[in-house]
Amino acid sequence: MHANDPLDVTRRSLIAGGVATAAVASTPLGAQDAPALAQRAPAATLPVSLKINGKTRKIDVDPRTTLLDALREHLDLTGTKKGCDHGQCGACTVIVEGRRINSCLTLAVMHDGDSVTTIEGLGQPGNLHPMQAAFVTHDGYQCGYCTPGQICSAVATLAEIKDGIPSHVTADLAAGIAPTEDEIRERMSGNICRCAAYSNIVTAIRDVAGERA
Amino acid sequence: MKPFTYERADSAKAAAAAIAANPNAKFIAGGTNLLDLMKLQIETPAHLIDVNHLGLDKVEKTRDGGMRIGALVRNTDLAADRTVRRDYAVLSRALVSGASGQLRNKATTAGNLLQRTRCPYFYDTTKPCNKRQPGSGCAAIGGYSRSLAVIGVSDQCIATHPSDMAVAMRVLDATVETVNPDGAKRMIPIADFHRLPGTTPNIETSLQPGEFITGVTLPKPIGGMQIYRKVRDRASYAFATISIATVLQPDGSGRFAFGGVAHKPWRVEAADARASQGAAAVATAAFAGANPTAQNAFKVPLVQRTLAAVFTEAKA
Repeated sequence: MHANDPLDVTRRSLIAGGVATAAVASTPLGAQDAPALAQRAPAATLPVSLKINGKTRKIDVDPRTTLLDALREHLDLTGTKKGCDHGQCGACTVIVEGRRINSCLTLAVMHDGDSVTTIEGLGQPGNLHPMQAAFVTHDGYQCGYCTPGQICSAVATLAEIKDGIPSHVTADLAAGIAPTEDEIRERMSGNICRCAAYSNIVTAIRDVAGERA
Repeated sequence: MKPFTYERADSAKAAAAAIAANPNAKFIAGGTNLLDLMKLQIETPAHLIDVNHLGLDKVEKTRDGGMRIGALVRNTDLAADRTVRRDYAVLSRALVSGASGQLRNKATTAGNLLQRTRCPYFYDTTKPCNKRQPGSGCAAIGGYSRSLAVIGVSDQCIATHPSDMAVAMRVLDATVETVNPDGAKRMIPIADFHRLPGTTPNIETSLQPGEFITGVTLPKPIGGMQIYRKVRDRASYAFATISIATVLQPDGSGRFAFGGVAHKPWRVEAADARASQGAAAVATAAFAGANPTAQNAFKVPLVQRTLAAVFTEAKA
C-alpha cells in the first residue's frame, strides 16, 4: 500500500469511523448517561497470563476486556472473528481448557492461567490441521468470516462425540454416539454461516470423523 | 460495558460476604447471560465477584440416595454425567435442548436458574419494562407478546423464565442450597425459588441480598418414563415456545412441569393428579385460569397437543 494514497484507508480505521458515527447518532441517550459515567472511572488494568497456542502471553487489561478482544486487540491474533458479540453467531469460538466457548461472552481476567487454542494454533499455511484441510477440500465456506469459529467448533464437536457427551438428537443416552449428519448439524447449531455453506461444512466434518459422506 | 472492578472469591462464604458489603456488586460464573446484559447496559454492576474457583463443580451422591449438583457444574457436564443420564434422564434431555454447545460448556447450574427473561422489551432499553426499571410500565402487554407468558401473569409483567433445565428440576422436586453472608445455610424447594411477577417483577427469586447458591440437590431417583419435549421456532438453538418435562410411571401416575408459559417453571398438583386421565385432563387442570394475550393464546392448545404427543411417546 502507498502511504500517501488517499484511498489507503485500513479496515480498522473504517470500523473506528463507523463507531464514531454511531456514537454521534446516539448522543441524546449518551448525554443522559454522562453523569453516571463520569462518576465511575475506568478500573485499573489487571495482569492476565494466558497460555495461547502453547505459548505463555502476559497482558494488562481493563477488566471489561472480553477474551475475544484480548486475542484480537492485545495479542494480534485476529483469526478469531467478532460477529454478533453476544454469543449468538459462534464466529468467536475458541477452545479454552479443552472446551469450545464463545470468547465474546467471557472476560479475559476470568481466564488467568488458562490454556487457549485459537485457529492460529490449530494449524498454519503449509501445516494445516486436518479440519482446516477438509474445509478447503470440501469448500466449506464462501466469504470465510465464520470459518475460524466453525473450525474450532468442529474440532471440539468431534471431541465431544468421542467423549460420549450427549446432544439433543442423541437417541439413547446410555449408548455410544456416532458422528452422524444429524449429530453434527445439531452440535454445530451455535455457528451461523450467512453464506449458508452448511452442507459442505457438514461434509468436511464427517470426512475428518472418518465418515465420508 | 460500564466500568467495574473485579475480584476472584476463594470461598462461598467470602463470596457472599463480599457481595453483602457492596450492593452494586454481582457474582459472575459462566457469564454468558450477565456479560450479554452488561454489554447492553441492562445490568451495570460496579464490581464483579468471580465465583468460578470455589470447588463447587462436583456432582455427588447424597446420603439419602439422591444427588448433589455443585452450583458451578457446567450444563455440558451435568447433561453428560452418567448417573444423571441413567436416573434423571429428563434433566439431561432438558439441558441438551437448551442453548448451543459453546454456551452449555460455560453456563453453570446456578447461573441457569438465575438467568433473566428473554422478553424483547426487557432487552430493549428504549421501551418501558417493570422488570428492568420498576414502575416504568410494561410494553409487552399490548405489544409483541407471541413468545411470552400465558399463566401466572400480572398487569405489571408477562415475561417468561427462559430455562429448560429449571423445568426438569421442577418436575424432579429439586432443592436449591444456599449460604448467607453470615455463613448460615438454607434449603429452598425449587417450587418456592422462582416467583411470579405480581407487583414486583424485578424480584425474580426468593434469594435474599447477598445469598449465594452453592448447589442443587435432587431426591433419590423415581424411575418412570422421563421425557422432555420442547417446541420452538427452530430445530435447534432457540428458546422454548412451550416445553414439557414429565415423569410417567407404569401405574399411570405422573408429574408435569411446563416451560415457556410462565414467570417460573409451571407445575400444578391438580394436573399431576389427573395423569391417568390423559393429555386433555392434565392440560386443562394445569392451565385453569390461563390469561393469554391474543398473540400467544395458541400456547394453551399447543401445550395440550404436545402433551398428547408425550403420552404417545411414553407408550411407544
